Formats: sequence, C-alpha cells, structure tokens
Amino acid sequence: MFSFDVIIIGAGSIGVPSALALAEKKLKVLVIELKTSPGQENNKKAIGGIRATHSDYGKIRISQRSIDIFRTWEEKFGDDIGWIAGGYSFPAYSGEDEKKLKDLMKIQHSFGLNIKWISPQEYNELVPGINMKDLCGSTYSPDDGSASPLLALNAFYFKSLEYGAEYKFREKVIDIKKSGNSSFEVITGKTKYSAKYIINTAGNCAREIGKMINLDLPVNPDNHEAGITEPVERFFSPMVVDMRKAPGSANYYFYQNNEGQVVFCITPEPPILGIDNDATSQFLPLCSKRMVQIYPRLLNLKVRRTWRGQYPMTPDGFPIVGRVKEYPNFINAVGMCGQGFMLGPGLGEVISSIVTDELTEEDQKALKSFDPYRNFSGMEQFK
Amino acid sequence: MNENRIKVHPILPIPERKEISFYWNGKLLKALEGEVISSALFANGIKIFGHHPKDGSSQGMYCANGQCAKCTVIANGIPVKSCMVEVTLGMHVESVEGLPVLPQVDEEPDTSNIQLLKFDVLIIGGGPSGLSAAIELGTNGIKTLLVDDKNELGGKLVLQTHKFFGSVEDSYAGTRGNDIGKMLAEKVMQNPNIEVWINSTALYVYKDKKVGIIKDGVYKLILPKVVLNAAGAREKFLRFKGNTLSGIYGAGAFQTLVNRDLVRPTNKLFIVGGGNVGLIAGYHALQAGIDVVGLAEAMSRCGGYKVHADKLKRLGVPIYTSHTVLKASGKEEIETVTIAQIDEKFIPLVGTEKTFECDTILIAVGLEPVNEFAEEAKTAGIKVYSVGDAQEIAEASSAMFNGKIAGLKIAKELGADIEEIPQSWYEKAEILKSEPGKINSMIIPTDEDGVMPIIHCIQEIPCNPCITICPTNSILIKDDPILGLPYYEGSCIGCGKCVTICPGLAITLVDFRKDKKFPIVTLPYEVSNHRVKIGEKVRCDDIDGNVLGDFEIIDIVDLKINNKTVLIKIKVPKSFAKKVVSFTIQKEEVTLATDKKPSDSVIADQEMVCLCERVTAGEVRELIKKGIVDINQIKALTRAGMGACGAKSCDNLIKQIFRQEGIPLQEIEPNTRRPLFVEVPLGKFADGK
Repeated sequence: MFSFDVIIIGAGSIGVPSALALAEKKLKVLVIELKTSPGQENNKKAIGGIRATHSDYGKIRISQRSIDIFRTWEEKFGDDIGWIAGGYSFPAYSGEDEKKLKDLMKIQHSFGLNIKWISPQEYNELVPGINMKDLCGSTYSPDDGSASPLLALNAFYFKSLEYGAEYKFREKVIDIKKSGNSSFEVITGKTKYSAKYIINTAGNCAREIGKMINLDLPVNPDNHEAGITEPVERFFSPMVVDMRKAPGSANYYFYQNNEGQVVFCITPEPPILGIDNDATSQFLPLCSKRMVQIYPRLLNLKVRRTWRGQYPMTPDGFPIVGRVKEYPNFINAVGMCGQGFMLGPGLGEVISSIVTDELTEEDQKALKSFDPYRNFSGMEQFK
Repeated sequence: MNENRIKVHPILPIPERKEISFYWNGKLLKALEGEVISSALFANGIKIFGHHPKDGSSQGMYCANGQCAKCTVIANGIPVKSCMVEVTLGMHVESVEGLPVLPQVDEEPDTSNIQLLKFDVLIIGGGPSGLSAAIELGTNGIKTLLVDDKNELGGKLVLQTHKFFGSVEDSYAGTRGNDIGKMLAEKVMQNPNIEVWINSTALYVYKDKKVGIIKDGVYKLILPKVVLNAAGAREKFLRFKGNTLSGIYGAGAFQTLVNRDLVRPTNKLFIVGGGNVGLIAGYHALQAGIDVVGLAEAMSRCGGYKVHADKLKRLGVPIYTSHTVLKASGKEEIETVTIAQIDEKFIPLVGTEKTFECDTILIAVGLEPVNEFAEEAKTAGIKVYSVGDAQEIAEASSAMFNGKIAGLKIAKELGADIEEIPQSWYEKAEILKSEPGKINSMIIPTDEDGVMPIIHCIQEIPCNPCITICPTNSILIKDDPILGLPYYEGSCIGCGKCVTICPGLAITLVDFRKDKKFPIVTLPYEVSNHRVKIGEKVRCDDIDGNVLGDFEIIDIVDLKINNKTVLIKIKVPKSFAKKVVSFTIQKEEVTLATDKKPSDSVIADQEMVCLCERVTAGEVRELIKKGIVDINQIKALTRAGMGACGAKSCDNLIKQIFRQEGIPLQEIEPNTRRPLFVEVPLGKFADGK
C-alpha cells in the first residue's frame, strides 16, 4: 500500500492550494481526483471574482490572505494568472439599498477593509455609461479584483508538483477506513492508499465523502449559470454586483477580465437544487435583460460561451472547515458556497496549519466562522 | 474599382445589382446592394480586415459562414462578422486593429420576453437533406419548421455549379446542384405545412427541450417534438508553417465567395486536398477565371471521384499525389506555397520540395459532421435524427435520399398514415453513400464507322444519368445499376445527350460518318470565360491529361437544352479520336515552380493550432510531452479552444498532435463543448421583439 502523510480528496479550488501549502511544508501529499486534470469541476466554472469585502471576519481574513497570494504570484513565481485589481462595486438604486450597503460598510471598515461610498458621477467614471437613473451611488473596494481560475489553479498545481505533491487523476474514492490509531485507508476504484491525515475538499461530492466516515455534512449544491463574451478594449473597471431581486433571480454580477472579456453570472431565485451541468434556455434572457438595463453599453457585446456549475451550499452560506471530533485527523474543507476560488489559496495555508498544528490566534479566530459544529441557523448579510 | 468581380460565368447568371458606396477606413469604395461586407471588401481587393490583438497577425476570411470571428470588422462603430452582415449605403467599415472598442450606448434599451413557438418537427439546415426531409414531412401533414442561417435555401447546393452524380430517379443526377437546390426549395416553400425561416441561426438545444434560434436578428425559442439535425458539415483544418497567413481558408468559403457572391477572391490558387471538395473547388475556380497553380494530395490517389480529378488534369491543373504542404510564406498575405513529396509514413522527402507562387491556399482536407445539435437534443431528451453530412459525410445525392427516408420515418412516427419504407430504399441509401470504388480498364468500342459514345468513366461511383438519358437505350451498366461501369452497346444516333448530362464530363462522341480517317469528336465544355473559337487549334488530351496533339475546332454547339454545357466539335485523326476527352486551357507557365525566395515573417514560421487564440502546435506539444492528457487542461493553460469559433478547428489538430506523440485517442479526455458555438450580441437575448 502507498502511504502518505496527507491524502486530499478533490483537486479543485481548495484541494490544490492545500496540497501546495502542505507540500511546501515538506509533507508527503497525495491528491486523489476523479477527473482527468485539476480544477475540472467547479473551479473552472468560477467567474474569477476575488474580494475581501465580505461582512464576516473569517471570510474577510481568509480572502485577504488569498488576495495576497493572487496579487503577488506572478511577481514571485513568474506565472501570469490573470490578476487585476479592478475592485468590486455594489451600486444602489434605492435609498433602502444605499442604507444597507452603508451599514455594512461600517462593519467592513471596522475590519480595516478599503471600501468607500462613491457618488453616481464617480461611479459613472469607473463604469462609463452605467444607468444613472435612480442611481444613489455605489460602494467601491479597489483592493478587490479578479484572476483567471484556470490559470491560477494550474499555477498552484504545477508549483505543488515542484514541491513534491503527488496526484492521482481518474480515480474515484470508494471508501475510507480508519486503520489503527492514527491512520486512514483510502480505497479507490484502482487501489488503496494510507495516510495519517485525510482532507475532504471534494466540493459537490463532499457529503458523499463524509458519509464514508458516518458524517452527515450539510452540503447541498445548487446550480448557477454563467457566461463570457468576446474580448473588447477595457471599458470598465470593477466587478458590478446588482443586489436587487427580480422575478426569477436574486443578484447578478459581471466584470471585465484580464483578456477583455466580460464574465457574468446570475443567482437563480428560487435556487435550483442538485447537480446539473446542462444549459437552460432561461439563463441568457434572464441575465441579459438585467445586464443591458443597468449597463446599456453591453447591448452589442457578443456572448461567446456559457456554462453551468454549482455552489456547494451550506444552510448558512458559510464554509465548513475543521477537524472531525470523532476522527481529529480527518479534516473537512467543504461547502464553499460558490466562494471556493477566492477563499482557496488563503484557506490552503490555514488548512496546512491545521494539519501541522500551527494555527495562529488569528487563524483560529477566522476559522470560528467556518466551525463544523456551529449552529447553522445564521446567515451572512451579503453573500 | 470593383475589379475582382466575376463578370462572365459559364453556369451562373450575373445579375444586375445597384452600386452603393461605403467607407473602408475612411476611403470611399463601391459595393453591390445586398452583398455582405466581406464580399464587398474582397471585390475591392481588400483581404486583410485587421490584426490580431495577441500577435498582430493579419485577419481576414476563414469560414465565410458566421462560424468563426476572423473576419470581424467595425461597421458603424459595432464589431460584426463581415461575412454575415450586409453592407449598407454610406456604412463606415473599419479594420479591427487589436481589441475592438465597444461603442457607448446612451438610451436604455428595450427589453421583452422571448417568444416561444411549438412545432412538431424542427429541421436545422435547409440543404439537400433538410429540404428533402421537409418535403416528405410537409406532404404528410406534419407541422414543420425549417431554419437555415443563410439568406437562401439550398445549403451547399447553392454553390454547386456542377452536374450531380447519383441516380436520376432518386437524386436528380445530371442536373446542376444549384438548380436542384432551387427545385427543392420551391417545393418546400409551396407546402403550407412547412414554415421556413431563412437568416436564422440555431444556437443550442437546451436542457429544457427548447431550441434557441436567432431569426433575422431576433431571438426565439422553439419547442419541437422532434429535431432533425441537417446542419451539414464543417471543414477540417491543417497544420503547416504559415497556416495562419491571410488567404488560407476552406473550400466552402471559397465557393461562397465565388459562386454565391460572384467575387474573384484570388488570381492564383493552390489547393490542398484531392477529395471531391478540393477537386470541385478547383474546377469552380477555373470556371470563374482563376488560375489554379496545382493541387496537393497526401495519399497516393485522390480520394475524390476520378472523373473530377481527370477533368482538372485535362484542363491543365497538375495534381501532386503523395505530396504535403510544408509551408506558406509571405508577409501578411500569401506569396508562395512549398510542397514536398512524402513517404508512406507521410514524412516529407528531402530534395523533393517545390515552391509555387500563389495568393490563396484552399484547405480541403475533409469534413466532419456538425453533430452538436444532435448531442444536445439527446441530452435534453428530445427525439433527434441526423441526416446528410450531419450524419455521415457523403455526396449531396445521398443526403437527399437519406433526408427523404428520415422525413418519412419521422412523419410515420408522428402518426402520419404511411406505408413501411421498403428495405430496398435503405440499401439504395447505402449505395449512394459509396466511396469511389476500384478503377477498371476502359471499354472502347471497336467500330470505326458510324457514331458512338466513348465513355471515359472507369471508376465505380454511384452515378447513372447516361444510362437513363440515352433515347435508344444504348448505354448499359455492368453489375450494380448505380455503382457499375457504364458501357456502350447498341445503336447510337449521335444526339449527344449523354455528352451533356455526364457530371464527370467523361463522355465524348466519335463520329466516323463524314470522314473515317478524321472523325469528328464532340467534347463537353463548361469554361466559357476561356473562350474558344471555330477554327482555333486546341491542345487535346486523353483521360489522364496526357497531351495528344493540337486539333482544330470545327463547330461549337451552345444550345439551351444542353444545360449550359457547350459541345465542341473537333476534327481528330482516327488514331486519337477515341482517346480525346478534353483540351488544356491553362497555360503551363501558370503551374511552374518558382525559384523566388519568399519574404518570410515570424508569423509565417508558426504552425498554428488555434487560430482564434493564437496557440501554436509547439505550445500544445510541450504540454502533451509533460504528460497532460486532458484537452480541457490544454485549453485552460493555452486558451486553445476558448476563441470565438468554439474549438471548431483546433480540436482535431490537437488530437493529431496527441496521435503523433503516441497517445491513443481513448486515453485523451475530450474537450468539453459548451454553448454558444456562434457568438451573439447580448442585447439579442434581452429583447424578443
């Protein structure tokens, strides 16, 4: 049997950065992935937005760590991962929304986040041609940004290989058994492996993996569709998040990526539960209608491709990260609720510290938000 | 101006069209009303429409079919595909240099819901198979919607100026493709059960069983019970150095420019690929007055019909079998092409290189079915059939017959009162799909008096109009009634009908009645812009294009009933009379190799795999050598396949590199295909009006 210090199940947004951080610490790491290459499930379906401007300490701290990694990656390692600090913006089209956002900003400021309120005119400079009718102003957080999930994850992957991490693709984990006092046996469709630590980063399949050790993880994926346009000369800077609800949808958001392509995504309302990757006829009309209304300039921009992926949701919209009480060497990092890409690099570092028992006080404070044994009845103000 | 237009054509009428003016990068130019921007530009000699933002490579014509975005221009401020958008009076057209600028829009746009319509059957594609199926469905009372992305029904039939193969009774053999297209289209248009949408691009068959269609620029959703995928085929591309230069495109694009838009896109053409598509494109080029420098085919024999290859050779186009393209050279446009002989492992043989001057290279290296609609429909759980090239690549004659069968089958399934389709139909459908068969020796009548047809058709192909048309039933067929070889036996009256109907231009008449020593040979001729006169001596050649001698034309018969095939009568010595098939029209100097050193550029040194995102074969090979077997990972790392066309060209080329690197196909994770396959402005989805 092949034995490792750590076996990570799932080579996605969380699994790969975790492998990178652990391998960097010289641990013997194996990542087992059902797909043929890294990031082939929901990582590649992320639209690439990265922000620290959440409303919760845990998400904020982890995202800040991620942003540091995304921002400095090219400088440190030379790979272009498509990072741009374009910022995030939440425009308000009603006094009520303005108030909500401004209240939230108070919390965000208390965490030291760089976010400010800008006037409609200032917003029109950032997003030239945005619909000014009823626009009350917008939040703007210039330190947030975006990167290419495809390039970033592959960069992390190749770096983790350099550090000695091993990957087994096209292997399905069938069962996990406790063997002896301090190790696990992972049985796949092909062979068996043993490891001292198991990390469940299985995304959509997190619940299935949890069941192998009799754990019922409250992770339920729901479906989201996204699209990307042809590239054009850069014409607006931040991610635009329209927080309003409309029939059939909650919020939607779009930004222009490093290639000049506009990437967009809408949150269906009510949510479409389950795992279904096939395109529906509703998505484009639903999303386009709202996009051209808020930003008429998008009218002539050609849609190039659409795709569908899942947000592995938890009841309160927060990830589940931490050791399992019954099996302390089994660590879950699941239920990223659609934020795995932006949380991944920071979380990878923290997960490696869970394994090596090197969590700082700050890490521990951040992880409180993701406590697997919390009461799941809360809700983040803005996801 | 407007020099690059076809003014005379042996087959196609040249309609009178109103001239309008438009601007190209600020310069006033003339276009013809109703033509697409790309054709107007080509007619004005403009072949470079911009430069790629990534590497500055010249961009221009590629698919002429709205499938890629290489021909993008800025029209009145908006980036559009020039091959799909009509030029209008006073339009300001600009080249795209780098990334286009998205224009400002001040007004809040109208939005509305998308219209949903129900039909029993949705046929995607109004080509030979789709039209044939529609006729059967409509006749049997099935409510059918037929959509086609062009402004005229007929699909590729519109571009086929040659006479068709196949059988007369099942697939209009002997009639020209464009005439068949018109006939089928008329039947479809007259049927009250068939609704026809032209200028309508099918985008996707969604999971919720609805099909998205852009009809005349308005987005619609269709809910069909059955989908019939008759969307045809797309052309495969080829990897060689300089394959990204402007002026390299598919035969389909070429035929669109020449036979639909009557534009002369090139003066000197080189063709790669000796299948029927390449061979016919060569013939169409000659008919349009374009020099064809040569044709290279990798196999030791052309894959297309021998009669097509022979026809080209006889007119003076050299065919280089067992040859491959090494490189295309030039600064932005093509100046030369270099080919070389290859061994049985397709490795070029050193010292066999030949370079030719040309300005355009046609790639005709095979087709692959457009199967995405069928796959999507299957996923959605809609009953779906594919016909024509969308099912299996074959001749249009086969597409029509198979379309007819599919139409009847669907009608029956939907409850129409139809008898079982006889088994013999399925058998015939298979025969019409036949690849060209073995080559036999010629059957030459021994008589040296009277008049008789000489049939220079010695390969088994599915074709039989000569037998059907002979008024004295003197042309018979050996073995199979469609595939067999025709031969003469009986009492020829010298009417010449067989000469005019033969799609291969492979039948001549030899008439000893007036002069036994110098009989009169009647040859078919269809290249009217190369005019010949009575009294002129022409260089006659045999079936394979070997020169027999210069003989005098004594008469030219150009009758309407001859379906635009002119009959040329030549006095030939008895010893050659039964060998002459045609005469050379292309001068030898056109086809000679050159010593000229082509001007090279960095771009010309690249072997491009993904034209949209500028990914080279070298980059892909490097990743494969690292052990990557997932095409999606190659896509993630290089962007190959993430461009406008949706991996239509690169998918095959990447698989070829895998093969070269010794990785079996079953180990490769295929590219995940996602909608859309054709880019559509966002605003179209927002407004259903």
